[in-house]
Order: sequence, then C-alpha cells, then structure tokens
Amino acid sequence: MPNMKEVILSIKENHPLTSDVYRLVLTGKHIDTMHPGQFVNLKIPGCYLRRPISICDMNKNQLTLIYKVVGKGTDKLSKLRGEINVLTNLGNGYNLAHAKKHNLLIGGGVGIPPLYFLAKELKKQKKDVTVILGFNKKNELFYVDEFKKLGVKVIVTTLDGSVGVKGLVTDAMKKLRYDYVYACGPIPMLKAVYTLAKVGEYSLEERMGCGFGACMGCTIKTEEGAKRVCKDGPVFLGKEIIW
Amino acid sequence: MVDTKVKLCGITLTNPVIPASGTFGYGEEFAKLYDLNLLGTFSFKGTTLKPRFGNLSPRIAEGKNGILNAVGLQNPGIDQVIKVELPKMKKFFKKPVMANVSGFSIDEYVSVVKKLNKCPQVGWIEINISCPNVHGGGMAFGTDAKNAALVTKSVKKVSKKPIIVKLSPNVTNIVEIAKACEKAGADGLSLINTILGMRIDLKKRSPILKNTFGGYSGDAVFPIALRMVYQVAHAVKIPVIGMGGVSSAEDVIEMMLAGATAVEIGSANLVDPYASYKIIKDLPRVMSHYKIKALKEIIGGCK
Ligand SMILES: Cc1cc2nc3c(=O)[nH]c(=O)nc-3n(C[C@H](O)[C@H](O)[C@H](O)COP(=O)(O)OP(=O)(O)OC[C@H]3O[C@@H](n4cnc5c(N)ncnc54)[C@H](O)[C@@H]3O)c2cc1C
Ligand SMILES: Cc1cc2nc3c(=O)[nH]c(=O)nc-3n(C[C@H](O)[C@H](O)[C@H](O)COP(=O)(O)O)c2cc1C
Ligand code: FES
Repeated sequence: MPNMKEVILSIKENHPLTSDVYRLVLTGKHIDTMHPGQFVNLKIPGCYLRRPISICDMNKNQLTLIYKVVGKGTDKLSKLRGEINVLTNLGNGYNLAHAKKHNLLIGGGVGIPPLYFLAKELKKQKKDVTVILGFNKKNELFYVDEFKKLGVKVIVTTLDGSVGVKGLVTDAMKKLRYDYVYACGPIPMLKAVYTLAKVGEYSLEERMGCGFGACMGCTIKTEEGAKRVCKDGPVFLGKEIIW
Repeated sequence: MVDTKVKLCGITLTNPVIPASGTFGYGEEFAKLYDLNLLGTFSFKGTTLKPRFGNLSPRIAEGKNGILNAVGLQNPGIDQVIKVELPKMKKFFKKPVMANVSGFSIDEYVSVVKKLNKCPQVGWIEINISCPNVHGGGMAFGTDAKNAALVTKSVKKVSKKPIIVKLSPNVTNIVEIAKACEKAGADGLSLINTILGMRIDLKKRSPILKNTFGGYSGDAVFPIALRMVYQVAHAVKIPVIGMGGVSSAEDVIEMMLAGATAVEIGSANLVDPYASYKIIKDLPRVMSHYKIKALKEIIGGCK
C-alpha cells in the first residue's frame, strides 16, 4: 500500500447534498490510488487538528468526500474554497479479497460514503452487491441514485418510513441472502448488524490526534489487543471488535 | 555556511531539533516520510516497566490552538521496546536516541533505567516525572521538589547514561523543582510537559475526555513554555531542553535565546508529519536572517 502523503488539492466542488451533508470534490496531479475504506485527514484553516473523512470516490486526479456538518471544523469546511492541505493514504481499508458470492454493504448516515467506493470496486470485480442505506427521514437521503447507477441492488430504510423500508437497517437485512457484510455507521448500528450477520468487516471512528499512528490517541481494545483505529483500522473484522 | 551544532550532555547534535516523546512513536511512521538521521535525535514514546493500555477513549480533544490528550502512557513496556522497537529503529536511525521513561514508583524508574543501560542505541534517558506516585499517595513526582529529587537521585545512582529530567508545568514554582533535580545530580532538564486542561461537550454536558482532564500542548502553550524555560535556564547550570508549542525555526531560535540548548517539537509533528523536517531545513535561512553564525552562541542570549 502506498505511504501516507501530504498534498495540496484544489477544491473543485463543495456543495450541499442535503441541509447539512456536503460533497467535496478535490483535484490534483499527485493523488495516489487509495482503497475503499481508507480515509484522508484534512487541514481546515482555523482548526488545530486535522479532520478525518472517508474516501467516497476516486477517479484519476480526483477525490470525492461526503461529510456532514456537525461542529466547528466541518462548518468551516463547508465554507472553504480554493485549496486544501490533505494527508492521503490513511488507514487499512476494506479487504476486497474477503468478498463472497453475495455481498451486503450496510451504511448508516455519513457511514454511507465509503461504501460507494467499495460498491464500485466490487462491481468492477463482477461481484454480486446489495446495499442497504439507512437514513432517519426522506429529506436526509443522498447518493441513492448514484448507487443505483453502479448497477447494485439498493434498499433504502428510513426510521420514520417516509421512504423505503420503515425502521432500521437490520429490519431490511432479515429477508436478504448474503454471505459477507461490509458496514460503516454509528456504533449501535454496527453492533446490531454484527449480532445478526456474525460475519464481515466494520469501519470504526475515534477522535484522532494524528491519523497516521504516531500519538496513540485513537487506540481501542480488541480481541487481539490494543489497536489504533487510524493505522490498524479503521476497518476491523467483526470478530476482532469487543462490542 | 551556518553552524547548527550543539552539545547535549557530552553528545554533539548536528542540530538542536528533537521530536518530543509521545508525538513520534518509536519513529517508524516518520521514517517512511523522511530520513530521520537529519534530526538532532528524537525522544521515543514514554516507556514503563510493564505494558500499558492507557486510558479509555476519547483520549483526544481540541483547543483553540492546541491539542488536549489523555493517552495515559500507552506503551508496550520496556522489554518489548528493547526486543522489538530498538532493533527495528536501528535500521532507520543511526544516531543515539533519547529514551523517555515513566514510572509510578521509584523502583519502576530504577528498573527501566537499569535495562536501558544495556542498550548502546540509547544516548540519553529522559525521565518523565509527571506521573502520579502510586506509593506516595498519588501525587505526581513532578509536583513536589522532594519527590522529584528522590527520583533523580535514585536513577542517577544506577544510570550509565546522562539523565535528563522532564519537568511538569503544573506546579507553583518550577524553578524550585528544577534546582532540586540539579542538586540531586540531573545531567539536564527538559520542559515543559503538557498543561492540565479539559473540554466539555455542550450537547452531552459532560467532559469530552473519558479521563475528564488531559494535557494541553501545541501552538497555544508556546509563551508559557518559553517563560518557564527562561526562568529555569537562568536558575540552573545544567543544559535545558526547551519545548512547548514550537512549530517553526523562529520558535527554535526564540527557545534557545531563552536558554535552551536543544529544542523538542511535539504536537506540531501530529498536525504536520513533516514539521520537524521542515524546521531543520528552514533553520539556516532563519539563522542568516537574524545574523546568527553558530546556534550554540545564542543559547541564553536574550539580553
Ligand atoms: C476514519 C474516519 C472516517 C470518517 N469519515 C467521515 C465521512 O466520510 N463523513 C463524515 O461526515 N464524517 C466522517 N467522520 C467523522 C468526522 O471526522 C467528524 O464528524 C469530524 O471530525 C467532526 O469535526 P467538527 O470539527 O465538525 O466537530 P467537533 O465536534 O467540533 O470536533 C472537535 C474534535 O473532535 C473530533 N471529532 C468529532 N466528532 C468525531 C467523530 N465522529 N469521529 C472522529 N472525530 C471526531 C474532531 O475531529 C475534532 O478533533 C470520520 C471519522 C473517522 C475517524
Ligand atoms: C499525544 C501526546 C502524547 C504525549 N506523550 C508523552 C509521553 O509519553 N512522555 C512525555 O514525557 N511527554 C509526552 N507528551 C508531552 C510532549 O512530549 C511535550 O512535552 C508537550 O506536548 C509539549 O510540547 P508541544 O507543545 O510541542 O507538543 C505527549 C504529548 C502529546 C500531545
Ligand atoms: S490518531 Fe494518532 S495514533 Fe491514531
């Protein structure tokens, strides 16, 4: 896997997809190829620490991120134009070699973006892919059509039932046939998914000091001992995680 | 050509820039980015006798211009460091390294220092006295002059390497503690460690850090650190390593004018992994700009 790299990228697009979820498209000549599930760490002017955001899509010289405005940094980011300093190639990413015949990708809220890149790469490998996209309500939906365009089976769930299956992502899982799971989203969702599926890999979040393994700020306890979410993760096997 | 060499406790450094403990791991992550042999040296992650997991997460919070950490000295323990980390380090770092040591009792410090005596790669031992003394009622060794002197004396008795005692800024009189360590035989002092702080999550109305409090560092603490380095360097005769919020070659020079013989760079490495490299590359330019021919000549040069 290529090393971490510091690059200055141009902001080509930074637009809202919903009231608080934005798409950031960055371009530059020196963007390395990254894997689905890896992340970048953004230097946002006015913030001391960088902000980690998963890769949603990668094309030649172009990187797409989707982020939700939740605090100071993401708010400043939503107003940023021009250039941005980015650390790329961070984290391990999902293991595509683990894919089986029927692969189920499950994302909740802003856990959805990394699954887009994953679905795209799995499709390239001619794998059978179903995605469950979990939202709270209709006006929070994003990227549903983009997933459909990849040619994967898409199931939307909303808590209030305003679109798709009413309820949680796990309510949609029960009727499906799958032999492997890739998931990203809030911890309670991931835990519910793993309890049902008993298989697969899960992307975790932790507050980060560096994002590249130097500060021990993001360490969690796993079945295999202490691991850094930024370097040994963010993707962990379900059986490794102490739920 | 400008001269960036300085001498730290008998060992010459090609430049005074030293990545600080806890922000540089055991060097591995950074060795992939640049040649670490460009550094004066680096201080590796605070190491204890037994492996430590550290505190539960969240361990990190942000301040306006700095980072709050409550890592809690996560490290694999001295035996693993000697068996795994030092041999790995040997491949990319050919200079003497600074071993940062933490302990929760005098015996623990002494045991770790004895083990380090047998490591030719280690040039200096930096004794972090900011941890609570479990046998002394939990008060940190570093907040009490008598305790600080006791640790210093005990490790000096067994150490074959220069002992640099790393001081905590969370005290009423840092000069008194610095002098106590000097008197107890310290070969050098380094300061400052992080400043105790906290943040509260407005939505949850509870502390962001699981540990409630953490240590604050980064750009914001520079003036405080500089003041303490100035005070301590004027009160002792042994060399002082200055640190706290250093993020540029100008900051390095300012620390040296205040009395620092060498300068550690901490949090800056976390937000910019090339920070120490860039500072070293920029030093000659800044030295020329301020008409400095040899860095060693400006130590304590603040009039
Ligand atoms: C590996 C990884 C991938 C991520 N991918 C995405 C993504 O694709 N899209 C997206 O919207 N969000 C993602 N996040 C979460 C995102 O990093 C946070 O929402 C963001 O850092 C919040 O910053 P803020 O300044 O707006 O919030 P504030 O609360 O003001 O931030 C204060 C500090 O806490 C940290 N922090 C706050 N919330 C989180 C969190 N959930 N995870 C980690 N650190 C946090 C911030 O980084 C900052 O250091 C990801 C997090 C991780 C760890
Ligand atoms: C994440 C983190 C971990 C640290 N761990 C240690 C440690 O193990 N031992 C130690 O002596 N100091 C430790 N420190 C303190 C730094 O070495 C340094 O004294 C302090 O951060 C001030 O310098 P700075 O402002 O340049 O970061 C740590 C600091 C940070 C930010
Ligand atoms: S965030 Fe620094 S080690 Fe993971």
